[in-house]
Amino acid sequence: MKRVMNIHPGTVGKVLLGMLPFILTIIVYLWASGARLEANPNDKLTPSFATIGDAIERMAFEPSKRTGDYELWSDTTASLQRLLLGVLIAALLGLVVGILNGALPLVRANLSPYITTLSLIPPMAILPILFIIFGLGELSKVMLIVIGITPFIMRDLQARTMELPAEQLIKAQTLGASTWQVILRVIMPQILPRLIQGVRLSLGPAWLFLIAAEAIAAEQGLGYRIFLVRRYLSMDVILPYVVWITFLAFLTDWVLRQISYRAFPWFHGQMRDKS
Amino acid sequence: MKPHRLKLRRKLALLFILLAVSAITTTPLYAKDNFKVCWSIYVGWMPWDYGAKEGIVKKWAAKYGISIDVVQINDYIESINQYTAGAYDGCTMTNMDALTIPAAGGVDSTALVVGDFSNGNDGIVLKGKPALKDIKGQKVNLVELSVSHYLLARALESVGLSEKDITVVNTSDADLVAAYATPGVTSVVTWNPLLSEITAMPNSAKVFDSAKIPGEIIDLMVVNTKTLKDNPKFGKALTGAWYEIMAAMKDGSPKAKTARTFMATASGTDLKGYEAQLATTEMFYDAKNAVAFTNSPKLKTTMQYVAEFSFAHGLLGEGAPDAGFIGIEMPAGVYGSSGNVKLRFDPSYMKMAADGKL
Repeated sequence: MKRVMNIHPGTVGKVLLGMLPFILTIIVYLWASGARLEANPNDKLTPSFATIGDAIERMAFEPSKRTGDYELWSDTTASLQRLLLGVLIAALLGLVVGILNGALPLVRANLSPYITTLSLIPPMAILPILFIIFGLGELSKVMLIVIGITPFIMRDLQARTMELPAEQLIKAQTLGASTWQVILRVIMPQILPRLIQGVRLSLGPAWLFLIAAEAIAAEQGLGYRIFLVRRYLSMDVILPYVVWITFLAFLTDWVLRQISYRAFPWFHGQMRDKS
Repeated sequence: MKPHRLKLRRKLALLFILLAVSAITTTPLYAKDNFKVCWSIYVGWMPWDYGAKEGIVKKWAAKYGISIDVVQINDYIESINQYTAGAYDGCTMTNMDALTIPAAGGVDSTALVVGDFSNGNDGIVLKGKPALKDIKGQKVNLVELSVSHYLLARALESVGLSEKDITVVNTSDADLVAAYATPGVTSVVTWNPLLSEITAMPNSAKVFDSAKIPGEIIDLMVVNTKTLKDNPKFGKALTGAWYEIMAAMKDGSPKAKTARTFMATASGTDLKGYEAQLATTEMFYDAKNAVAFTNSPKLKTTMQYVAEFSFAHGLLGEGAPDAGFIGIEMPAGVYGSSGNVKLRFDPSYMKMAADGKL
């Protein structure tokens, strides 16, 4: 008899098994929603799919009565702009400081303890200080993301740089490379795919910080909308927004993975898994 | 695997699913003995905390042979959402939130106790500008769609401006004081104790407050209408307890001072700070006044303003064709659709308290 660990689902089986939890979730939701709506047809906590559909139609395809914007799209643009800007700045800072920290003992002795300390400060706990430094506008929202994820990327890349085999670095030096050349030609190319990996891992926290920033003070954005309509329990708007955010997060992750595959095929060959 | 084991497992799984579902879905409301009400920190609701800790609520509940749990919830909106979802039989909230959250969500609700109205407890503050009309063109930080927003709309109306003349920035109340300290924030609308904190900062002018629209922002104890109808004892016990607390805190006696000090400490301030907040709150210590306020035709006008504001901001739900979509029943008459009454102001329990019949 085959051991369980050796049973592999076929292609169709894999898809079906993967979909099962999603289908079960939907069934449980429909069940609960149906029961609550039977007791109170105006119940807002678990709206029916028809109500949710109406809300999507209203948010995405009809201009808002108050501002004339198509709210879902203006919220999405505002949020993605903040997110991408924040992640980009964090990635650049992380790359530069991470490599320098990893490659140069002199810099590491100077910066590493500080960055380790910074990375342990919960950014949400120092919000009032951030407000006073960066104000309440776009800057503070981008900075919250930057402050939230940069230390992680820095530490990650420092560790990855230090993992590079010493033989490689010594060999480059015996061939006459300067410090600058070793960093640029030996370390940098090997660290870039790890940067993408690090960014992919910090996307979750980045979304968290974005939504927290938008909940505190904003005029538009996905987090802003969710916290606004939460005031009157509009789950018919919140649920599609949550699904939409999940989808956007999945999409950004997928795009980064594809870039990594195309740009650094050797890296994924070496890792042997498909992460 | 033996077949009977499988059966047992299947039964267990089925039982688990049933339990889970029945936990999510609402339990039907019948006559019962245990009730739960929630409250959140606000000057006019601190008495509930005092009443619960001092055993006054318990005493009144026991008198009617029931029990009432009084639960504090840290987040005001969350407390109303919990009530609307059916987790509590009653909750403290303002007249506007009672209309836009439970009533708009189809939960027929009754204002059992009309506790007070804001008489200066909510206000608009400008930085470096002395008059309300200077607000034109500014970014205004406030909790969007709250009573602050309503106050702002009423204030703008009074000087011939509209919401189009300003930009509203939704700002969490927890961060409003810190936000005001930044140079980019020039005007805020908020409530006490945040309001006094902000007006105390240099170069700040309070240009409008709720004393200019007295009786429009009302603080209530709202209960589920069906629960109340099936269990009049619940209404009697809560109302009776409330007016005993009121009597215990209103005058200058040492006992009342102790009560107010308790409420001050529980709301994170001291006696002086709490009494300053009480001064801008018109408490109905006497049930007679609350009954008179509820019976007055002015309440109907107020609720009309509130309904119109809520409708204009989409708070009555997108399906609402006009401001009167949700009916509001008051002693002075029904505002809006009488076929869809979801919010009721019922003075009968307060009347019993006034007449000493509880």
